[in-house]
Amino acid sequence: MDKEEYKELVKRRERRSPSPKNCLRAFWTGGLICVIGQLLTELFLTLGMSEKSASTTTTVALIFAAALLTGIGIFDRIARYAGAGTLVPVTGFANSVVSPAIDTKSEGLILGVGAKIFTVAGPVLLYATLSGAVYGVIYYIVSLFL
Amino acid sequence: MSIIKLKNPAYIFESASAVGCEEHKGPLGDKFDFHDEKDKFGAKTWEMAEGELGRTALALALSKAKLRPDDIDVLFAGDLQNQCVASSGGLYSFKIPYVGLYGACSTLGEGLMSASLALSASEDLRRVAAVTTSHNCAAERQFRLPIEYGGQRPPSAQWTATAGGAFLLGRDGYAKIERVMPGTIIDGGIADANNMGAAMAPAAADTIVKYFRESGEHPDDFDAIITGDLAKEGSYLLETILEKNNIVLKNHYDCGMMIYDYKKQDVHSGGSGCGCSASVFSAHFLPLLRSGEFKRVLLIPTGALMSTGSIQQGNNILGIAPLVCVEGVK
Repeated sequence: MDKEEYKELVKRRERRSPSPKNCLRAFWTGGLICVIGQLLTELFLTLGMSEKSASTTTTVALIFAAALLTGIGIFDRIARYAGAGTLVPVTGFANSVVSPAIDTKSEGLILGVGAKIFTVAGPVLLYATLSGAVYGVIYYIVSLFL
Repeated sequence: MSIIKLKNPAYIFESASAVGCEEHKGPLGDKFDFHDEKDKFGAKTWEMAEGELGRTALALALSKAKLRPDDIDVLFAGDLQNQCVASSGGLYSFKIPYVGLYGACSTLGEGLMSASLALSASEDLRRVAAVTTSHNCAAERQFRLPIEYGGQRPPSAQWTATAGGAFLLGRDGYAKIERVMPGTIIDGGIADANNMGAAMAPAAADTIVKYFRESGEHPDDFDAIITGDLAKEGSYLLETILEKNNIVLKNHYDCGMMIYDYKKQDVHSGGSGCGCSASVFSAHFLPLLRSGEFKRVLLIPTGALMSTGSIQQGNNILGIAPLVCVEGVK
């Protein structure tokens, strides 16, 4: 069996991730997180916060919850089930920063946590900032002609 | 010639296994000599825990054989960590002359092969030992993502076993090693780190085809043909390649498919790691050879030769599969 033939066999055999099931799980778990977020916002609003600070406080609360669940070792179990449901909301971002921080504690605060805290989130931060800058330039140029 | 026939056979006379919590929950759970519920084996870090796992396995094997460390002349050991620090760090306290090995998940094969070759080559050696370990958390940290990172894996991915085995070999024992065969490095054209089984299967097939062609033996001459950690994906691929070579394995066992319970444990394709084959071989197969239920087995641990760098640079994952023929003496 040559290499190409083998690759073909591997591809044919490989079980794909169960997308419909994963989508369904992501839908209800991600939806639930958003509902919790909305309830928190409503709660903060009734407590007399302005709309802006209520939504910021909600984000902070969700980040805190995700970080706490990561710290006590529960988040990854939920995420195994939920997939994109926990990844897409801000909870996934919190987990991607907290988990390397916990992980690299053994290498010290500078070379461990300090150097490696953004190993997972780093690419997102870099390219989000970069695309923001590019968008800004495009927006500026377009606005000159409007 | 690929098969090496030993002038003086070597004998396994004792072994021990140590595993973590998930492995203890698996179907072979009670057969392992030692398990640690917290996977840390009393160590501070996961890396040191792997060293401690190997130390525990060797200490247990020595105590079962009622021997002291200075009764062992050479120690062959390896693990999955960079520069094999788990083996050196965990086993230095024994003060046994040491040879570090790296064959990825195939290290058990290298260890037993090197140990038998050493015994065969020098009559001055009394006893030697082979130890291999792997630790899920140390491997995750080194090769994959942070342990607490939440994500899903594809069904072809494997779960590195927190496990280790120690084997004592000498001039006398219940399992004889007379034939060994180093594996050839094979490039199956697979670059997907989430499908190690596919990367290793061509190497296992190459070894098996060569062995039967050269020895003139038949798979049915063996009670078991044991592969290391091809898991579901790799085992299917191995059997498919072999069928094309007119070899049908009726008695194929894969340690990666035996160590966990697929229904209860979320391990996708199955277990992996050089401790997976070591612990399963020690806890499950050696007792069968000892009792006489099995007469002859072929042990073919499988390894995926790669690093995080080689994967990120898009290189193919090379496979290797050394072979050790183990015969019950009873």
